Amino acid sequence: MTYIAKPKFHHPGLKKNELGYTHRDYEGKISTLCAGCGHDSITASIIEACYELSIEPHRVAKISGIGCSSKTPDYFLGNSHGFNSVHGRMPSVLTGANLANRDLIYLGVSGDGDSASIGFGQFAHSIRRGVNMTYIVENNGVYGLTKGQFSATADRGSKSKKGVTNTDNAIDLVAIALQLGATFVARSFSGDKTQLVPLIAAAIRHKGASFIDVISPCIAFNNHAGSTKSFDYVREHNDAVNRLDVLVGRDPIAVDYAPGTVQMVEQHDGSKIALRKIDADYDPHDRLGAQTFLARHAAKGQIVTGLLYVDPDAEDMHAHLNTVETPLNTLEADTLCPGSAALDKFNASLR
Amino acid sequence: MSDKKPISSVNDFVVRFANVNGSGSASANEMFARAILRHGVPVSPRNIFPSNIQGLPTWYEVRVTEDGHLGARGGVDMMVAMNPQTWDKDVAGIEPGGYLFYDSTKPMPSTKFRDDITVIGVPLTAITNSTYTDPRQRQLFKNIIYLGALSALLDMDPKLIEQLIGEQYKGKEKLLSSNVHALHLGRDWALQNLKCPIGLRVKKSDKVGDRIFIEGNSAAALGAVYGGATVCAWYPITPSSSVAEAFTAHCKKYRHDPDTGMAKYAIVQGEDELASIGIVIGASWNGARAFTATSGPGISLMTEFIGLSYFAEIPAVIMNIQRAGPSTGMPTRTQQCDIIACAYASHGDTKHVLLFPEDPAEAFEFAAAAFDLAERLQTTIFLMLDLDIGMNHRLCRPLKWDDARQYDRGKVMTAAMLEEGRDFGRYLDVDGDGIPYRTYPGTHPTKGSYFTRGTSRDRYARYSEEGSVYADNMQRLMRKFETAQDLVPRPLQANAERPTKYGVIYFGSTSPAMDEAIALLEARGHQLDRLRIRAFPFHSSVASFLAEHDFVYVVEQNRDSQLRQLIVNENGIDPVRLVPIVHYDGSPITARFIAKAIGDHQDHLKVTPLRKAVS
Repeated sequence: MTYIAKPKFHHPGLKKNELGYTHRDYEGKISTLCAGCGHDSITASIIEACYELSIEPHRVAKISGIGCSSKTPDYFLGNSHGFNSVHGRMPSVLTGANLANRDLIYLGVSGDGDSASIGFGQFAHSIRRGVNMTYIVENNGVYGLTKGQFSATADRGSKSKKGVTNTDNAIDLVAIALQLGATFVARSFSGDKTQLVPLIAAAIRHKGASFIDVISPCIAFNNHAGSTKSFDYVREHNDAVNRLDVLVGRDPIAVDYAPGTVQMVEQHDGSKIALRKIDADYDPHDRLGAQTFLARHAAKGQIVTGLLYVDPDAEDMHAHLNTVETPLNTLEADTLCPGSAALDKFNASLR
Repeated sequence: MSDKKPISSVNDFVVRFANVNGSGSASANEMFARAILRHGVPVSPRNIFPSNIQGLPTWYEVRVTEDGHLGARGGVDMMVAMNPQTWDKDVAGIEPGGYLFYDSTKPMPSTKFRDDITVIGVPLTAITNSTYTDPRQRQLFKNIIYLGALSALLDMDPKLIEQLIGEQYKGKEKLLSSNVHALHLGRDWALQNLKCPIGLRVKKSDKVGDRIFIEGNSAAALGAVYGGATVCAWYPITPSSSVAEAFTAHCKKYRHDPDTGMAKYAIVQGEDELASIGIVIGASWNGARAFTATSGPGISLMTEFIGLSYFAEIPAVIMNIQRAGPSTGMPTRTQQCDIIACAYASHGDTKHVLLFPEDPAEAFEFAAAAFDLAERLQTTIFLMLDLDIGMNHRLCRPLKWDDARQYDRGKVMTAAMLEEGRDFGRYLDVDGDGIPYRTYPGTHPTKGSYFTRGTSRDRYARYSEEGSVYADNMQRLMRKFETAQDLVPRPLQANAERPTKYGVIYFGSTSPAMDEAIALLEARGHQLDRLRIRAFPFHSSVASFLAEHDFVYVVEQNRDSQLRQLIVNENGIDPVRLVPIVHYDGSPITARFIAKAIGDHQDHLKVTPLRKAVS
């Protein structure tokens, strides 16, 4: 199989965003995933979020590991550099890329096999370090490209397509991300674009480690009765704590909300998140409360979605390392090399 | 005493210190080596240390060598036996006629000594305890006291040692004066109670010149600073950790913005070697100069990424400080045992560029050059050091830098070039050298972006699983590797005085032992042309050298003669003509070993030296 060209023409009246880009400017190549794959909905949501935020498409770096989800960065933001790296190693590649140029937007796309199994360590450590990124796991509980083996996020007791029952405990990446200090943590469902698009947008505007676990049913291998990652199961058990709108450069007063139902969160870059509460008691600034809430609901078989935790004043890895504002990849010999006079002094100290 | 005459030698002997790990002996021993250097006499010190932090044996060996032989010599002329645990072995290791220096506070049975050596007892503990009450002070000053006693025994100028103490404790007057006091305690006791000097003596000379005394790891790390590395990711592993630690120290000194104090570098201690190389690959993909430092097991873990670097053509610099095998223990000993592992690291058809510095000065030069090479060739460059170069102070020529030098950032297509309408194909061989252009992420709104993959893409980085497209790319990668031959440091050849059919190939830390061995072999009438290989892929002069000689010895510090295998493999020559000379017990190779191995082989060939034949 080889590359399929996507026609470039579009309707002349296509809507443009603040920068004059159309929706099409954020698209990529034609997806090669199965028809109806949840991942394609996430791709569409990423496109939508970037369009809404009026991001310059080429200022995004898309980095992935290996697997069905990791193929998707080819299907959005065609004018961005993408890197389909090594299985489970997206986080380290992204960390390095971010160190080299702090001015780009980093979008890490991974899957449950990629992040919860082979790359569990890298997932954990990139979160720990506070890498400024949006880390999306397209979570279907199954290995798709190798045809249907359980992944580490498959729930205990769930059944594979072949009828095998999973006896291992599941890893909840959201719980782990909270524990490791991620400063933006969310869960959503690929079938719920109205919730997912603003979550992705808010995560991109967040300065720090943003993590979104997106339950994304696998049409081919994990959409049957007995699966806890099927469309039907997720719809029935989805427990959304909030829905949100991301407001960039818009007057929040212009948005009409019923009093007492909305919590405004201002992020470090000045953008605002309007959180429409569904669960009145849920506080997305309470890390410990979020952990308890998640555990309690997971025990009941519910899938909690929404913006689960955000620290609007988060610091990122560059702040920890005290690196210069200028991207390191633009520094040249005149600023990096101490020169011969310094070397002569160094030599003199070694005699 | 037997009638074995005590060894008598000026500026040419080996002193070995047997200590207990964690006793603070390292700085006193290093000061001993530096003090001899200040006499204008070259020294070559080596650490022999176990894989633990406190309480087990450790040795420090100083070869005093007016002739400047910086390789390990083998044998011990004077043992400073400060560790009861290793006493028997230490005493047994002294050359007949040699000297044993020990702490005589507690009487030792005569069976613990030897008849054929000179035993010198100094009551170090008694002197220390009568002067100091604090236990830590007692321990530390005992080391300075034996240094003082040795200075008298070896006829060293105490002013030169005082000068060193003054430099070390500059601004800490109390420490300075107490160290000088301890030095004289030991020295005075020796002068009053012992016959000074003994047969081994240090005499002022002028053989050091402007050379510097530095560890290879520190020099390599400084090479990375000068070479423009901005990202370093690493995971602790002996003997490479001190590269990252030295890089940190150098950066603190040279890479902070004087106004804001902000760092013009980023150092990340990864969670493992996989993350370390991943960070390097990510940073390099994004246009920063990045490196990691590791050792054998780290290379094993990194191999998947090394393959990606080869196929996706992403620059990377890996400093491999080689050591003996896996696990813990022997890995604190030196070897050159990762040649094959690095040359062909990873899955699929891969080949990588290796650089072999011989000493810290070359480690500095090659480290800086590695970043130019990595960006020019868009692939991984290995800087192959070993523990012997990396973790020992070595006398070498001063480090040099040409201020006019600019970094070679390789073929990078800029926004302006794209705007001009230049054809950009990420894997397009526009110049016939196999090297394509790359773009940094974020360069241009509509041109020059591409999706990076290991394989399965055509010249324009479009997805393709066509066999012909794959083969086309593999052939270009081969062309690129051929291009590398002329970019890497060339081998250095030195011919024997008279024409000879025999040659020797060597590389890296074997260098000083080899130079000395050549002199020993010449004395036995063996003439050898020599070629020091400094990089892989091999320059065409390696093939010429092989063609010009009937037999070529390949001297290396591993069991399987890995460089020889590489030469045979890459040059397609008859292996019989390449004679392996291998040393792999973890100790640094010596001139004596090389001269014996080659000499025996030459004798076996029944070669009658020309001089004998005609006389």
